[in-house]
Amino acid sequence: MNLDSRIPSGPIEKKWDNCRFDMKLVNPANKRKYTVIVVGTGLAGGSAAATLGELGYNVLCFSHQDSPRRAHSIAAQGGINAAKNYQNDGDSIYRLFYDTVKGGDFRAREANVYRLAQISVNIIDQCVAQGVPFAREYGGMLANRSFGGAQVSRTFYARGQTGQQLLLGAYQALERQIQAGSVKMFPRREMLDLIVIDGVARGVVTRDMVTGRFEATVADAVVLGTGGYGNIFYLSTNARNSNATAIWRAYKRGAAFGNPCFTQIHPTCIPVSGEYQSKLTLMSESLRNDGRIWVPLRKGDTRPPAQIPEAERDYYLERRYPSFGNLVPRDVASRNAKMVCDEGRGVGPSGFGVYLDFAGSINRLGADTIRERYGNLFEMYERITGEDPYSLPMRIYPAVHYTMGGLWVDYRLQSTIPGLFVIGEANFSDHGANRLGASALMQGLADGYFVLPYTIGDYLASSKLEKLDASHAAARQGLDGAGELTRKLLGIKGKRSVDSFHKELGKYMWEYCGMARNAKGLEHAQGKIAELRDEFWKNVNVTGGGEEINQALERAGRVADFLELGELMCLDALQRRESCGGHFREEWQTPEGEAQRDDENFSHAAAWLHQGPGKTPERLVEPLAFEYVHPSQRSYK
Amino acid sequence: MKIILHVWRQKDRNAEGKLVRYECPNVSEHMSFLEMLDVLNEDLTAKGDDPVAFEHDCREGICGCCGFVINGVAHGPMPGTTVCQLHMRHFKDGDELYLEPWRAMAFPVLKDLMVDRSAFDRIIAAGGYVSVSTGAPPDGNALPVPKSDAERAMDAAQCIGCGACVAACPNASASLFTSAKVSHLGLLPQGQPERHERALGMVRQMAIEGFGACGNIGECEAVCPKRISIENIARMHRDFLCAAFAERPHVETGGAG
Repeated sequence: MNLDSRIPSGPIEKKWDNCRFDMKLVNPANKRKYTVIVVGTGLAGGSAAATLGELGYNVLCFSHQDSPRRAHSIAAQGGINAAKNYQNDGDSIYRLFYDTVKGGDFRAREANVYRLAQISVNIIDQCVAQGVPFAREYGGMLANRSFGGAQVSRTFYARGQTGQQLLLGAYQALERQIQAGSVKMFPRREMLDLIVIDGVARGVVTRDMVTGRFEATVADAVVLGTGGYGNIFYLSTNARNSNATAIWRAYKRGAAFGNPCFTQIHPTCIPVSGEYQSKLTLMSESLRNDGRIWVPLRKGDTRPPAQIPEAERDYYLERRYPSFGNLVPRDVASRNAKMVCDEGRGVGPSGFGVYLDFAGSINRLGADTIRERYGNLFEMYERITGEDPYSLPMRIYPAVHYTMGGLWVDYRLQSTIPGLFVIGEANFSDHGANRLGASALMQGLADGYFVLPYTIGDYLASSKLEKLDASHAAARQGLDGAGELTRKLLGIKGKRSVDSFHKELGKYMWEYCGMARNAKGLEHAQGKIAELRDEFWKNVNVTGGGEEINQALERAGRVADFLELGELMCLDALQRRESCGGHFREEWQTPEGEAQRDDENFSHAAAWLHQGPGKTPERLVEPLAFEYVHPSQRSYK
Repeated sequence: MKIILHVWRQKDRNAEGKLVRYECPNVSEHMSFLEMLDVLNEDLTAKGDDPVAFEHDCREGICGCCGFVINGVAHGPMPGTTVCQLHMRHFKDGDELYLEPWRAMAFPVLKDLMVDRSAFDRIIAAGGYVSVSTGAPPDGNALPVPKSDAERAMDAAQCIGCGACVAACPNASASLFTSAKVSHLGLLPQGQPERHERALGMVRQMAIEGFGACGNIGECEAVCPKRISIENIARMHRDFLCAAFAERPHVETGGAG
């Protein structure tokens, strides 16, 4: 199979216009005759379902939550980027494009990133019109802040709850369509399989999580907006129920998986406190605007922070990166925190933590200003740790946060299975090997509101799709498969809980496929994961039955998929013999310890094609051409 | 420390439920309340018992999934805190805690501590939005919004839809939830054109779902993890009254030809 990225012709600023003009339109009167399935109701899925409903399509929307408003986009704190240049500080569409390509360490498709930067402007207008209460200046204009190392203030925000407010905007638009009858909502449904007929995606198999009933639903196209797979690490900032099952089962039906090893480790999270830890909490990186990161200069210095004099502190980011200081991109900040902790200079009971200190800012600006900027974050920190960050420096440590990898899609967001579209974090597109802060919300909404609704129309208008119903053999086969898998999981009745397998998998992933990777470790992890998977299928204990609410069963299915995906991530990390962005191979680093790319051999996206159980997947390659942003060694010195 | 739990166990919507006693030895003060339940569930699983079903997702106090009543208080003893953010350091060795699901006619119990809150979605669907389709709206700065209005709108918009307000209200009213959305949009210029229809639609839907009316008791505000003020309820009532007086039958005025 060849990967055809379908990048439109013309200069980069015209590509999306050209594409929109070239695409076929669906006659308004015919739209209601097309049924589109949308799985997931986060920023991407929710905005897509609402927009498709507004356009007149017949939309069936599935979510494993009880309400579309619960999707994990809700937890995004910091903000959303847009090239509005309201601050007159030199921002432009081209600069946002440039920053994103560079920030992604030259592993994203230029045309996609440019489109994202173009659309960013429309997103803000759309959200304001919906009544999203963005922060305002006294004159009533929208406020901006600088975020995640950007040299311009292009981030729009709603206190520390930007994701919540944007998601509620999309959710309300979706509820409006549900009321209008154009979208039918199926909450508490988990997608367990993709129905592919004659090589084309035609539906999904789902399980009703209340009754346990399996349902096959057919349509003219399927859209997955099911989020990322960061929970493979067990501990991550993702919500506990975020999972890879929908994209993984689509992968097993033939959708290529792009760059699975590209994961983002966020530098500012609250450190692990014990074995029982169930998730990690992010502290917005906006805190790095006013907080200074340091560790003791000396190994094993256990004095309380206030007793360590300035001369015996190492503000290691400011020392190593004088021009960006504490605002270096996420991958750089995370790797440096790991480095100082591995040297034995970490702080806190576990030794896996660094200080994020506000004492200087509080002295300079006053506690009230700091409270106004970060009050809710400080409160959250105190609630979790029992420590007051106004008087003691915060302790932070990196944690898994986002996955840049995902199902491979072309410029039109279609996967390698015709009729299967993938949007938001679930796809592999726009962020390359590292995502910049405040860009996830931008991409989710760009895909859902402004890209997919056009491109899916072209697909529907130019395809000849036979009418069919859920009694089709492929649908029945999907139902049987899902039922059989569930019976198998319930029938093992072994000795170990689902969580114990998940925790062990997470440890291998974090240790060997986390912030730093090497060939030996990755090969070791592959073996360990395969052993663990064998044990899982012999010894997992899933209590309860299949025809009821059964949270252990839900988790078991997801962990079974993670146990396969983990091996693919290691394989991808092993094959990418270079360092780039969040993928740091210890064998490839500059003398200063920075990521060393190999553009000659790896300036491409890798997409893995499933070959059947037990077989090594095929590695396809999409070469990346950089015609506008010339690849350079990223330097934040 | 050791904590004794009495947990409401109910197999499904139609089954009869009862409180079951569990002991949780070795609870660490750094655990969250839900992490204590995770450990209990691991123990129950090891014994082959059915783990306690409870809803949770983000565990950061923002998704609104979690929530149950601890010793008679929705989300437990810490003000402004969801159960997922409630840590065991606020309890002491030997504490005996009673965990029950939200109780309201409009929130039927699904299993153990899980309830069906889909009524909230239907209240939003009855008008909790600005009717603007995706397209090319005016520039975000075309309509200035006074900072104080934006802030008050945001105060109301913070609602996470957890349902604690309903559980705490003696009338099982959803007034705080409904008024938070009515206020959020009613305070912004974008929400003005549909302000009346919104208040009418949402308040009526609230009654249809079987929620009670507001009696100005204030329990909702006391337990709200986002500290949403009952001032919003007053605003909703005012909008509803104005709208009810001004309401005219909807007349179609013919097509465009």
